[in-house]
Parts: sequence; C-alpha cells; structure tokens
Amino acid sequence: MEFREHRLENGLQIVAEVNPQAHSLAVGFFVETGARDEAPAEAGLSHFLEHMMFKGTPTRSAADVNREFDEMGAHYNAFTSEENTVYYAAVLPEFQQQAVGLLGDILRPSLRGEDFDTEKQVILEEIQMYEDQPPFCADEKCKAMLFGAHPLGNSVLGTGDSVSALTVEAMRNYWTRRYGPQDIALVATGNVDFDALVKLAESVCGGWERQDGGRTVVKAEAQPGFACVHKPSATQEYLLQMAPAPAAEDTDRYAAKLLTTILGDDTGSRLYWELVDPGLAEHASVAHYDYQGTGLYMTYVSCAPQDAAQNLERLGDTLADLEAHGITDEELALAKNKVSSRVVLSGERPRGRLFTVGTNWTQRQEYRSVRDDLDAVAALTRDDLMAVLAKFPFSKSATLAIGPLADLVPQG
Amino acid sequence: MSESIQCETLATGLVLVAEPMPWLESAAFTILIPAGSAYDPEQLPGLSSFTCEMALRGAGDRDSRQFISDLDNLGVERGESVSAAHTSYSGATVAKNLLPALKIVSDAVLRPHLPEDQLESGRQVVLNELAAVEDEPSQKVMRELRRRLYPHPWGRPSQGEVAAIQRISIDDICGQHTRLYRPTGAIVAVAGKFDWNALRETVALIFDDWQSDDVPEPGESDAGPPLAHLPEETHQTQIAVGYPSVPYRHEDYFRAWGAVGVLSGGMSSRLFTEVREKRGLCYSVAASYHTLRHRGSVMCYSGTSNDRAQQTLDVLVGELQRLAEGIEDFELQRLKARIKSALVMQQESSSARSGAIARDWYHLGRVRTLDELGGKIDALSREEINDYLRDHPPAEFTIVTLGPQPLEVPSGVS
Repeated sequence: MEFREHRLENGLQIVAEVNPQAHSLAVGFFVETGARDEAPAEAGLSHFLEHMMFKGTPTRSAADVNREFDEMGAHYNAFTSEENTVYYAAVLPEFQQQAVGLLGDILRPSLRGEDFDTEKQVILEEIQMYEDQPPFCADEKCKAMLFGAHPLGNSVLGTGDSVSALTVEAMRNYWTRRYGPQDIALVATGNVDFDALVKLAESVCGGWERQDGGRTVVKAEAQPGFACVHKPSATQEYLLQMAPAPAAEDTDRYAAKLLTTILGDDTGSRLYWELVDPGLAEHASVAHYDYQGTGLYMTYVSCAPQDAAQNLERLGDTLADLEAHGITDEELALAKNKVSSRVVLSGERPRGRLFTVGTNWTQRQEYRSVRDDLDAVAALTRDDLMAVLAKFPFSKSATLAIGPLADLVPQG
Repeated sequence: MSESIQCETLATGLVLVAEPMPWLESAAFTILIPAGSAYDPEQLPGLSSFTCEMALRGAGDRDSRQFISDLDNLGVERGESVSAAHTSYSGATVAKNLLPALKIVSDAVLRPHLPEDQLESGRQVVLNELAAVEDEPSQKVMRELRRRLYPHPWGRPSQGEVAAIQRISIDDICGQHTRLYRPTGAIVAVAGKFDWNALRETVALIFDDWQSDDVPEPGESDAGPPLAHLPEETHQTQIAVGYPSVPYRHEDYFRAWGAVGVLSGGMSSRLFTEVREKRGLCYSVAASYHTLRHRGSVMCYSGTSNDRAQQTLDVLVGELQRLAEGIEDFELQRLKARIKSALVMQQESSSARSGAIARDWYHLGRVRTLDELGGKIDALSREEINDYLRDHPPAEFTIVTLGPQPLEVPSGVS
C-alpha cells in the first residue's frame, strides 16, 4: 500500500492509494461543490448538474457516454451532497486509462437545452418518488431547522418549484464558477498505475482554466426547535433529532463516531435495547455527519404513531442518562471492536476505500491508511469521549416529527 | 483466479461448503436452513420470520443481551433473512473471529431459548417491519407482483400478514423450530481467509447431533389473477411487470439471464435508454431475474407520475415484447464486459461469495467457481440467446400497479 500525490499546474490534485494486490481499481473526480454553494435561486442545481454531466460533451453523445462505460464493464455512478459532487467508476486495471479519460471528458459537458428539458423531468420524478416515501427528505427539513439560513441548511434535491424554475443558462454559469480545476481532486484506489494516471490527467485536464470558485466557510449557529409535519398518507411516524457535533477538520470526530456507536448503533447500542429490541420502534439510530466548519449528530427513529410521544420521552431520558452518568469501559471496548472491524471490512474493496481516501483529501488535505484509522480508534479513552460529549451534548437539538400525527407534544 | 472449492457432507446431512480467499483480511459465513416462508402453516403466514426474530433472543448459554453483545464484540456484521425456501443467518468479520462467531450464531439455529417473556417484543418487531413496507410503495408493489407470479405459497410474502402475526403463540414458534430447523437441506457456506481443517472440525463438532425429520413439500395452488391494481393516493404510480423464466438449474439459464442483462443493467441497457434517457419518464426502471428451485421469473419495476404512467407501462411492455426479436452483438459484448468485471470484483468480498456459494449449492448441489462462470459467460453466443428468445418470448405477463388510477393493459397482452 503506497500513497502518491501530484498537483497539475492549474491546481487540479491527483491522489492515490496504490495497492498492487487488488483485483480492481476505483477512480473518482471529487468536485468541491454542493448544495451549500448554491444561491437561493439555484436550489437543486448541483444535483441537477450531476445528472446533466452524463448527457454528453462536444465529442460524445449521452448514448456514447453510457455505452462506453458499459463497454468497460464499469460500476459507475455519481452523487451530490451538501459540499461535494463525486463522479466515480470501479473497473478492472486494464481499463484505468479509458475510465479516467471518459470521466474527465464528461466534466466538460455540452449542457444542451433539449437534454436539460428531458432530464428536468427525471429530476422531478425523483422528487415525486421521495414524496411517496415519508422518511426521505425529512433529514433535509430537520437540517434546515437546525441551521436556519446557513447554507448547510440547503436541500440537495431542491423542490419541485425550485427545480422547475431552473434554466440551462443558470446551470452553465454555475458550472463555469464551480468546476474549475483548483476545486477538483482526482482520486484513485486499488491496483492503480499512478504514473500513467498523472500523464493522462495532464492531457485530459491540464488545459482546464482556473475559476474563482472556492468556498467561504462560515460557522453555523445551531438553533434548537421542534416541528411536527403532518403527512396523513404515512403509516409510521418518523422522528429526527439533530444536534451540533465535531466538524470535518476536528480530531474529535473519532470520539464522536464511538459515542454514536454506543448510543445509537443499529445493533447492541443503548437505543437498540431501549427502543428496538422491545419492539417500541421499527428503527432507532444515531449517526455523525461532518462538514467543513460544522458537524451534526442525527438521531432517527421510526415507530407506530401511537408510540411516538412516549418514544420521544424515552429518547430524551436515554440522552439525559448518557450525559449525566457517562459511559462504561465495557461500552467503550465494544464500540472500538465494532468500529475497527467495519474499518477493515469496508477497506477491503477499492470501491470502499475510494470514498474514505477522497473525503480525507478533499476535507482535510490528508491521507490516512486503514492502520492510521485503527490506531486513532484504539487510542481513545473514556475521558476523551466524555470531553467530546460535554462539548457537543446530544440533547441540544432540533427535533422534527413527520407522519400521520397532526400534532405531537414534546415532553419536558 | 478463484481457488478450489472445499466441501463436505456431514453424517447428519448438513453440507459445509467453503471457498478460500486468502488475499482477504475477512471471512464470511451464510447458514441456510430449509425453513422458508413457503413452509409456514397456511393459516400462519409469517411464522418463519417471527421464529427467526425469536431465535436471536438468547441461545445456548447466552441470554438475549449476551448473545448480541458477544457477536458485536467479535465485530460481526450480522444479517438474517427469510425467503420462500430458507431462513438465512449470515455474518462477516475479521478472519480471526470467524470460528467463535460461527459457534455463537449456530446456537441460535440449534439451541434458541425462544423465551415466552419476549414473545410480545418479538411480535412488535415483526409488526413494525410490516408497517415499514406500507411507507415504501415500490416494495409494496413488488411484493404483490411476486405473490401473483409464483404459485401459492412460493410467492407469499415472507413477512406474513398482520392478523396472522397477532395470532402466533410461543408454541407455534417452538413447533416451527422443531419441525423445520434440521440438517437435511441445511447448508453452511464460508468464504474468505480461513483454515479449512480447523473450519471443518469446528463445524462437524457444532452440528454433530442435530436430528432431522422429513418435512413434506407444501401443496401448491393458484396465485390469483395476473392483473391487479392497488388503489392508493400517491404522487407516483408504481408499475410492476413480471413473466416466467427458467430456474437457475436449467440448461437455458445463461441464455435467459443474458437476455435480462440486455434489458437492464448498465445505463446503455434497453429499459434505461428507452424509458428514462430518451423519454425522461421516470427516475428508476429496472428488470431483474429471480429464481426458486424449480421456477424462475423476470420482474420489472418502474415508478412514475400518474399522468405519465400509462406511457411508461406501454413503453416498458413494448420493450419486453421486442426482446423476442433478438439481441444485437454489441449488446452481448457489453453484457460480457459487465459480468466479467463483476466476477472479478466478487473476489474482493467474502460476504458476496459466501452468499453466492450457499445459493449455488442449494440450486445445483455443487458450486460453480468464478472461473467456471467466466467460461460460461465467454461461451455465450448471440445466436443461442436469440434462439432461446424466439422459442420462449416474454409472455404470460403479470402486471400489478399501485396508485390513484388503474392503467390500461397494453396491446398484445392477454
């Protein structure tokens, strides 16, 4: 396992975790742009643009792009988050250059008007699809409550209205502004030929012109709150709670990961025994999300509507108990065992490593091996976790309920 | 490529099958018990799922908490599921923890406590899972498609029905466990980094004195009409279309499966191109092959706005009918590239392989190595797929929709 890096003159960065033993490789362009970089009139634009990237370039039609990926037998896709848009493919080593060439080419898209109109229909269908699945987008609503007008409260998908109002001109402007080479990292993991990768990147991406781009990170002020959204068509009630947590650049994030494992892992955690094992909730979990400048804990519970008020109370009691009495040595050891095993399992596939290596690089400009992560987890003590818990209490939260209940009165 | 498959049939009838993947850090196991939902008593659909849920609530000399916590401490990523034919207990962890993990999980199979004082909690868990499906319209429509595509009870939803779950007693669960959890037809599959001798000794010891009675195959009956609409006030209409195909063990399997791969798979496949890319009718559209031991099927799904649902159904069924005219050579080449890469990447996942070799053994009584599969795929020709499609054109469609309004059945569908 060897880490390599290189920067093109125009600022585009190339990093790779090279493992000559791997059977495949994964490669992705990580573009530092997402919902948090959108002006209000651009809501949903980053995600829409991600779809449009597959619609062709001056030298390729949309059908060519799909065909060429399929001819390599690539496993490929793209996703958009609050702060990144990622285009990736997993291929056999013999297709490395072809895959990078194709991914690189689609990042300079034609953005044709008629493709834009057709794809807008697909995005609107995607939004409609989530409308019929009540838990979806509840996280975005809760995040908007917690962060208020801060850009991290922006919705990735946008709304039917905001997407309908988007124009292809606005998209072209956004693309010019946000897809400059200084905001893009080419990341590869697995059986990578790094020298060939750099050479190809030079010829495919070397001519891309720098743009103003960038991002001003403003610290988000979290606002506690409570809202109940009435969705009569839903069967279950969904409860979301979000609280501030360590940010991407904060080394406390490892302790935060262990805390969420103790509190809300999907097996054997405090919430599992309190809510899931007795059948009081269908699902209960806590996760940590980290962004530049800000992080959040998200607690998610789904249950029968008649159990919602009591479950909210039980959740409150569980959090209060954790904050008052802390954690045990057994809980810490258990959380370390779980997290370490998952780090090893997910690190076995180049596809799994791609997102870890890419996120470490784009968020922190650092490389961490599987060993580094295991060591960081192993070194944590109960005091470390308690210090993070004191700094970022779970109970200082915004709560959103969505489901058949017209009203839900929070206890306490 | 892949190394040789190890296998051994114990005196009790249980089969151990294992694939060494020494380049990995992990090992994974899949235990298939011939206790699928098709064997649930007629009046108690969901009994297998409920039994599986209860089996985890304490087993051997561990109570419920100890059981989960010991597995968690071994870093085991667990998964349990119930299909028509099997209840499956699976897990993956770092290689050194494989045998201890296998010992603990096998207690749930052999010596579950099935504690009466946790019956109501277990019942609530199963009912919660049923409620969750109500908020997933795509799952709901596919569940109904499967019910109508296979003869009863092979298409019956494994999660059961609310009324039946409410009736189930602890005696029903203990009875189900005694009757169906048995070595005849049980398969333990392991893939990853392990020592074969240590593994076979451990498995032989664990499952040594497991007893078995014969369980008759369930009687089959008609699944009901092939056309159905589930009225619901949704934003999108859910569309599910299925048709019969050959099972995995059939000599035509690779031809039938290859044809499905042309319909759906990569983004240049026919359904994605015609329904989404050219017409923008939907976000998701897909077809997949599914097999039971003696029957196979192809199941297609799309979800789209109500006002465009009719067009989506028409285009989708049109593509299924057009398949009978055959596939092109370039389509086969892309399919081969995709499968070849998928086979190589399977070597990077112990859990994917343990599941695959367990299913192979159930369907074939042996395991196809990745080399053998690669050879079969290489040998596939356009002519043989087209001959197969000409003789077995997609037909006898089952169509289920969910949404505010029923749709017209497309022309040419009886």
